[in-house]
Amino acid sequence: MCSLEKRGRLFILKLTGDGEHRLNPTLLDSIRSTINKIRSDQSSSQSVLITTSDGKFFSNGYDLALAETNPSLSVLMDVKLRSLVADLISLPMPTIAAVTGHASAAGCILAMSHDYVLMRSDRGFLYMSELNIELKVPAWFMAVIRAKIGSPAARRDVMLTAAKVTAEKGVEMGIVDSAYGSAAETVEAAVRLGEEIVMRGGDGHVYGKMRETLFREVLVHTIGFDETGSSGVRNTGSKL
Amino acid sequence: MCTLEKRGDLFLLTLTGDGEHRFHPDTIATILSLLDQAKSQSKRGSVLITTGHGKFFSNGFDLAWAQTAGSKTGAANRLHQMVESFKPVVAALLDLPMPTIAALNGHAAAAGLILALSHDYVFMRKDRGVLYMSEVDIGLSMPEYFSALVRAKIGTSAARRELLLSGKKIRGEEAVGLGIVDTAAYDSAEGVVEATVRLGEKLAGKKWSGEVYASIRKSLYPELCGILGVEARVFATPKL
Repeated sequence: MCSLEKRGRLFILKLTGDGEHRLNPTLLDSIRSTINKIRSDQSSSQSVLITTSDGKFFSNGYDLALAETNPSLSVLMDVKLRSLVADLISLPMPTIAAVTGHASAAGCILAMSHDYVLMRSDRGFLYMSELNIELKVPAWFMAVIRAKIGSPAARRDVMLTAAKVTAEKGVEMGIVDSAYGSAAETVEAAVRLGEEIVMRGGDGHVYGKMRETLFREVLVHTIGFDETGSSGVRNTGSKL
Repeated sequence: MCTLEKRGDLFLLTLTGDGEHRFHPDTIATILSLLDQAKSQSKRGSVLITTGHGKFFSNGFDLAWAQTAGSKTGAANRLHQMVESFKPVVAALLDLPMPTIAALNGHAAAAGLILALSHDYVFMRKDRGVLYMSEVDIGLSMPEYFSALVRAKIGTSAARRELLLSGKKIRGEEAVGLGIVDTAAYDSAEGVVEATVRLGEKLAGKKWSGEVYASIRKSLYPELCGILGVEARVFATPKL
């Protein structure tokens, strides 16, 4: 399902096994509970999260086959992913997606919900498949797309051509931060980046609150975050 | 003044004749009815290409007609009438159940440029033709939906400033650099049209559902949809 490794100050969450890592209720619960464990770890506010995966897929999206057998499960998966993305946005530490395989639809949204997206360039693509497979796109997915992809032309290419975006194209489009020759190199680079970030110091709690402010629109769409946001502001003991 | 032809999967909307293709209430009504026709005949693989004859794509609203009202208030009323009646044209293009491509044969100014920008893709000539938001020069105020469209389609504040505030006549190469048009690689009107036909045929080959395409397109531009009263019916819970 998903494993957690601690390497110094780095938490490495891995979607395990050779399958498509479809975001079914069980996997979503497993990831969320892992994130909760990370959040409540005493070193969390001086740490970094790296999310990666085994095999050919980062994640191929929701479990559509499951949804077909039971339509109420599609609502459940959506609710759970929304909560997970909200958790990632409020997480008191920087987050890095080391995309070592295909990330489609909900799987692509999960990858993009990290602060940094590092990706292998030898295989795999980011793919918002909905136009091709005639899936409705939830409004909250569009909030993530708008938050994470700045260029209107890039957003159009991603959503209105269902582009299969390689790492290199992703870097050009401003969706991917950097590209590496292989899965192993991508993870190594994520670890190096994580260690650099840890070295900078800083308070993860402040970071998390800043990130919530930056992605307020996404939070409003995922968990109906209070528009004023004032309940979320507390004295973080600013050094200014 | 304006014709609609079918060429295989492609609908070709042409602003005919050698003039400035200014938008008079009659022209606007004709364009609207032709878009409606394209919509009603649309099927999987349909694509719209809009172009013009001669030196102009369109030079905007028919200000001369507004002036012949005989009084200042009369002119203002006529202008207001054109501004209001053009809104449904932008709305119809946002809502059109097929990819849309503007093939700029020549100059596109003010409402003429807005017409171009209302398309999913904009191709321009390298050798001739400028983009020009003349409002700042002639002292016309900018309708809200014009600004919303510019904000929706043009991503950087520098580009928006150059387009709306500088009164610049922007040629092809600069327009590409600013992210206002997709490409300006053609040395003739025929060249632009051929290129858009090639893109159109490529998009047509995907045989996308027009309804899904339009729904995703609208979800890219929620602010603009709100101002135009276009329902962006993005489902809060996906039909998985």
